[in-house]
Amino acid sequence: MHKDNQPLVFELTKEGRTGYSLTPLDVPEVALTDILPTAFIRQEEAELPELSELDLMRHYTALSNRNHGVDSGFYPLGSCTMKYNPKINESVARFPGFAHIHPLQDESTVQGAMELMYDLQEHLVEITGMDEVTLQPAAGAHGEWTALMMIRAFHEANGDVQRTKVLVPDSAHGTNPASATVAGFDTVTIKTAENGLVDLADLRTKVGEDTAALMLTNPNTLGLFEEDILEITDIIHSVGGKVYYDGANLNAVMSKVRPGDMGFDCVHLNLHKTFTGPHGGGGPGSGPVGVKADLIPYLPKPVLVKTAEGFHFDYNRPQSIGRVKPYYGNFGINVRAYTYIRTMGPDGLKAVTEFAVLNANYMMRRLEPYFELPYKQHCKHEFVLSGSRQKKLGVRTLDIAKRLLDFGYHPPTTYFPLNVEEALMIEPTETESKETLDEFCDAMIQIAGEVETNPEIVQEAPHTTVINRLDETRAARTPILRYTKA
Amino acid sequence: MKHRYLPMTEQDQKDMLDVIGVSSIDDLFADIPEKVRFKGEYQIKAAKSESALLKELSTLAKKNANHDEYTSFLGAGVYDHYKPIVVDHVISRSEFYTAYTPYQPEISQGELQAIFEYQTMIAELTGMDLANSSMYDGGTALAEAGMLAAGHTRRKKILVSEAVHPISKDVVTTYAYGQSIEVISVPMKDGVTDLEALQALIDEDTAAVMVQYPNFYGQIEDVAKISDMVHAVKGLSIVSSNPLALAILTPPGKQGADITVGDAQPFGISEAFGGPHCGYFATTTKLMRKIPGRIVGETVDQEGRRGYVLTLQAREQHIRREKATSNICSNQALNALAASVAMTALGKKGVQEMATQNIMKTHYAKQAFEKAGYTVTYQGSHFNEIVVDTTIDVTLLNKELFKQGMIGGLDLAAYNADLANHSLICVTEQRSKEEIDALITATSAIVEEMGAHHA
Repeated sequence: MHKDNQPLVFELTKEGRTGYSLTPLDVPEVALTDILPTAFIRQEEAELPELSELDLMRHYTALSNRNHGVDSGFYPLGSCTMKYNPKINESVARFPGFAHIHPLQDESTVQGAMELMYDLQEHLVEITGMDEVTLQPAAGAHGEWTALMMIRAFHEANGDVQRTKVLVPDSAHGTNPASATVAGFDTVTIKTAENGLVDLADLRTKVGEDTAALMLTNPNTLGLFEEDILEITDIIHSVGGKVYYDGANLNAVMSKVRPGDMGFDCVHLNLHKTFTGPHGGGGPGSGPVGVKADLIPYLPKPVLVKTAEGFHFDYNRPQSIGRVKPYYGNFGINVRAYTYIRTMGPDGLKAVTEFAVLNANYMMRRLEPYFELPYKQHCKHEFVLSGSRQKKLGVRTLDIAKRLLDFGYHPPTTYFPLNVEEALMIEPTETESKETLDEFCDAMIQIAGEVETNPEIVQEAPHTTVINRLDETRAARTPILRYTKA
Repeated sequence: MKHRYLPMTEQDQKDMLDVIGVSSIDDLFADIPEKVRFKGEYQIKAAKSESALLKELSTLAKKNANHDEYTSFLGAGVYDHYKPIVVDHVISRSEFYTAYTPYQPEISQGELQAIFEYQTMIAELTGMDLANSSMYDGGTALAEAGMLAAGHTRRKKILVSEAVHPISKDVVTTYAYGQSIEVISVPMKDGVTDLEALQALIDEDTAAVMVQYPNFYGQIEDVAKISDMVHAVKGLSIVSSNPLALAILTPPGKQGADITVGDAQPFGISEAFGGPHCGYFATTTKLMRKIPGRIVGETVDQEGRRGYVLTLQAREQHIRREKATSNICSNQALNALAASVAMTALGKKGVQEMATQNIMKTHYAKQAFEKAGYTVTYQGSHFNEIVVDTTIDVTLLNKELFKQGMIGGLDLAAYNADLANHSLICVTEQRSKEEIDALITATSAIVEEMGAHHA
């Protein structure tokens, strides 16, 4: 990586340069003032850059060189499932028949796209053990909210308007309580027991006639399987609530257990995690939702159906919660996920889960002697270490994360879940080789040693990146959120 | 199991199981209760080789009529525009597309800087103080704007113009229900928001007024006047806007808008059957700390070097949980990058030239349809779309046009009961004069034949 700052694209601008090629206007040009009232005509130009095509490519190439992706190196970011993003997916999503079609074309002209969507839905129904799937939500959080809106509609249709509470474990992703709020629910937090699992006693005291749903990630964010899952779903169902499966960690259990068989009523999947839609630097994702039969009437509009004449978008859904997104979801990401599923097949998906879990357990046992391991049982696809021992020596988990940058790794997720002190959450995924895992473990072990012998090198890390630690307080106190010409 | 994505050899597995201290991988799943354990294999299609799958999926893709092979006059929020070739080259760099949200700024400066540049470009086009790093799409961005307004004003009523895209309005309505916000429709007159009706609906309970600029019917609204009306009751002015049009139209920021949202799809993003596109969200400094989603800010490192970080995170779900300003986590970062590259390639002059071409060609199409004897229903100023009374059922007309290699305009009958036989015809810079003329010639021939048939 080059150490010099890359100028902003606005600073590379020179008046008169162009990087585009428009076909000359072939209709008579009239004066703008003849067809637009003056008040509507922009007076000051928008200050966009002016670069030649090569200068543009050099700029963005320089930026890409200052960025770390899965293709650059190991990325064991817990809860994010940073697995390999297959290249065939990218090729297929760019076929003109998928990329260059308009969502409002006549259905008869897009049957291929609808067939792909339908078949993907069918595959996800089988994988989750649910009765029907919608592909509309654009991301995990969007799927959570969509499902909660359906649960709300279900309860309201039954006259259960007093069900205003959504139960969320304290180890849950922040999106769970935030989605509950957006759907109009209040959140009740459920404690984690000593063994890292849902505290059943606490759960029992908090369920009741006001329970709308429980949101659960299984395995949870500690990477532990909720062994009491049947009891948990029973407790919620016995008071008339619904159980929601946050599918963020599905990579841990494919072909081993299905949400639908554990008593879950609805589920969202992150196709950009388990099913290799790339993360794209933050998105776009795709967050399909699967439901059991009694929630089907509430699915968002339109619902894709198969008829004798072909595939059809059904808008005649009187109990639907309505539209949650324009059109039909992030189709381009769904194409990638479908391509991946078809590349793996049933035995491939099973192997994915087995290797993901093998890799995580292997790393956990290799690192256990050097870092505090709060929960000792076998993990699933990820595990959480605590930097508490190192903290006593004056080195924080943040420092360890920054030191890993010097070794060329993206660090694990830090300070999450919230119920582990100085948490380091590690998810290797199945696409990493034993050599990569070993090299990373060696680096972690070396850092643990440095903490004891040479803590400054960890506390002052990173030493090799294009920039060192940034002043985040300053960024938030005096926000500069855009470039302004000096 | 051997697969090109799975590197573990049998020896690796054995060595690893030894370290773990178990005899088989199955032992690692012993915590899953026997009663619910899934036995066997998923009943899904078997794996295919790379070549076989490419062949199958390319055949499936060919079942769809794409705009490389058909001449499309469909717009209504999703457009066929010139996409500079460089866009795909940049977003195909895997340092960008295989990265996660830039939580580790030291190794994510590329993404962070690109987003900072994107935020600047959106702020420039909209004339707003600042923009976030992206939303899912224009529709959900509009819904989030409504929720922000309701929270900010502590009011529970939002007025939405009938000339806002009906699909976006549906999304707003779904979100509003969750928040117990009332959505009231403001009628339109002559294809734009009826200002008298709006005035009558605005009151002290109004959290916001939402209009679209240019609106669903391609017409240009008087945003300044609408902002004044809602500001008189201390409500917010929310504008959904096509950012390309803003290259030549007075930006909402100069017309009193408090929040401007929309979709950056016209800049370098494929139609892709409706997604993924790229919602944008721009607002004022006053509302900065209430904005949903990720925002990139400039700061310095310990040596004083300029750098970029995700900032104002105290608003977000991973910190605030149930008190967050929104539940959004993943956004559309890669498409924001695509839009940035397209805006950079076009640049300051190119966006104006492209926007001007759109307005000129729409104007040409309007005149040409009128010359051919059609009524163009709304006579205001147009961008991209015109409403044409075709005198026959538009879906039937489109089926005939399709046979001649054309994808006709949107059948408005499904969206507005008053507009049976009306087609929302879209013309971008991609449509040549010849193609526009051919559409009109073909339409007239079909109308004549079908009209005669009916008579």
